[in-house]
Amino acid sequence: MRFIFKTEYGQDIQLVKHSGQAFWYGLLVLVMLAAPWWAGEYFLSQISFVLIYAVAGLGLMVLSGFTGLASIGHGAFLGVGAYVQAVLSAAGWPFPLTMALAAGLSAAVGVIVGLPALRVKGIYLAIATLSFGFIVEEVLARWESVTKGNAGMSVTSPQFFGADLGSSESFYFIALGTTVLVTLAVLNLLRSATGRAFIAIRDSEISAQSMGIHLAGYKTLAFALSAAIVGLAGALYAHKLRFISPDQFGIVQSIDLLLLVVVGGIGSVHGAFLGAIFLITMPQMIAVGKDYLPPAIGQAAGLQAVVYGVVLMAFVLFEPMGLYGRWLKMRTWLQLFPFYRKGMFKRQKSYAKSERLK
Amino acid sequence: MAFVQLLISGISLGCIYALIALGFVLIYKATETVNFAQGELMMLGAFGGLVLMMWLGWSFWLAAPVAVACMFLLGIGLERAVIRPILGQPQFTVVMLTIGVGYTARGLISMIPEIGTETNSLAVPYKGEVIDIGGAVISLEQLAIIGMTAVLCGLLYLMFRYSKLGVAMQAASQNQLAAYYMGIPVRRINGLVWGLSAAVAAIAGLLLAPITFVHANMGFIGLKAFPAAVVGGFGSLPGAIVGGLVIGLVEAFAGFYLPEGFKDIAPYVVVLVMLVVKPNGLFGGSMRKKV
Repeated sequence: MRFIFKTEYGQDIQLVKHSGQAFWYGLLVLVMLAAPWWAGEYFLSQISFVLIYAVAGLGLMVLSGFTGLASIGHGAFLGVGAYVQAVLSAAGWPFPLTMALAAGLSAAVGVIVGLPALRVKGIYLAIATLSFGFIVEEVLARWESVTKGNAGMSVTSPQFFGADLGSSESFYFIALGTTVLVTLAVLNLLRSATGRAFIAIRDSEISAQSMGIHLAGYKTLAFALSAAIVGLAGALYAHKLRFISPDQFGIVQSIDLLLLVVVGGIGSVHGAFLGAIFLITMPQMIAVGKDYLPPAIGQAAGLQAVVYGVVLMAFVLFEPMGLYGRWLKMRTWLQLFPFYRKGMFKRQKSYAKSERLK
Repeated sequence: MAFVQLLISGISLGCIYALIALGFVLIYKATETVNFAQGELMMLGAFGGLVLMMWLGWSFWLAAPVAVACMFLLGIGLERAVIRPILGQPQFTVVMLTIGVGYTARGLISMIPEIGTETNSLAVPYKGEVIDIGGAVISLEQLAIIGMTAVLCGLLYLMFRYSKLGVAMQAASQNQLAAYYMGIPVRRINGLVWGLSAAVAAIAGLLLAPITFVHANMGFIGLKAFPAAVVGGFGSLPGAIVGGLVIGLVEAFAGFYLPEGFKDIAPYVVVLVMLVVKPNGLFGGSMRKKV
């Protein structure tokens, strides 16, 4: 087990805590950079999907995991980003510019949604975002002059001053670059004063307010940042799918994103990645497992929904810290062997969290 | 006479929303959790009635009460199995949990051979009959919804006002600790509240079935009952009824007078406006949390 002796403040906030982390994350970056050479065409495309969903998960994590504001409408931001990207790419704009605009417009929409969020919280906020998600989906479907309505629109490949970056390798590198940048941005955000204000708001609004944190401002900022990141993911998503229609960005997508965040581990950056891997590999594992089940169950249409539902329930009930929490426990078990005790990660009852008014 | 017809269809749709919203509010008041699977409970109730009638050949009048009773037991079981272990955790946790319950219920129902993936019609005795009132043609199915909702509201009112159980439920929802000190078995009461709200949802499902057919995705209508609950004020039972009627009427009139597409989003626009203007709803109290 490694003990870090902190002798100065800078050690508390540095991104790489010790040489072991530097080694493993460096190795991960190298492996990911080399992916087009060791992964096949299909596998590479799956990795791209994982990266896209990881970015979207990071966006939702900023809002739900770190600021404590629930949102059941994040599929809408994905949709805004995707449509901005699709429309501007068709006009031949270079992709860094379109992606920046996708993020920017998505953030602007996020601010608009954040406005009711300043007055409501808890379940009311969840319903406000849910309503907003439905409205955006309907707007995308009805604004036919721009979005081509329910018929959907096809998306051209990313353009960069005449160069066409349509191959799966170049798209993979765009996705990888975006993911790394967003991850670094989120990590940096979390160690700054803004990120700490977010976490303070999550843990107790009243305490945060009495420490001089401007609730309205920070909540709007959280919405805007979260929407911008999810908008970026949406821009990538549009290029990956090559064909988008409004029903891809409805309530099902929003719940998938929530599933990602909860299964991965709410309130951790690792969780967004683990959740994304889970979300992408799950359908494949179900497809493989199907053949071993009796046909009455294996071929039924509802199998995937049942597996999703049961996995979600199991995580909420038994592993509230998600996959990342499970990994932490395993690591602690190995490090402390044989001195790990059962109660080390025991969940505390938190009756103080009641939102009741009296 | 289009106006009267719109009015009736809006009110009947609103009654369905009101019944589902009633389920939300009952559970919210009792356990301070929001049940996102309420629409799925409604769907299960409708399927319960359908299975009893199709496979066992029971008549509607026998199948409906049995389906409601089964859903009552299912609600109690659900509370015991998945909700009670995580009481006291943040609301978001329970929201995710009930979304999981909803997914599972929808998946399991669509696994039922033959009827799971189909849209089935429930052969109620009053199906397809219409009454002509001064030129306005009104179907008996809609009148049944309105009548049944009124009766149910009356019964619930009497229960909460006069029965010992109802008063205990009110006490537990106002202050669990104080209720517990007064000797009220709060845990059992919470279970009964879940049962009650599942039963109300089942009734809504059986009433809705003749109009929209019975299929695995009919539970999505529950998402429109959220606006109803919020418009009324999430913690108020009469508010849920009024909110449901408001949303139903808004939807019916928006569908007729506004351009296409507004019908489906009108409830959500109303709820967003409501949250900005009066976040506590029509009947909700406005208090600030004390530290």
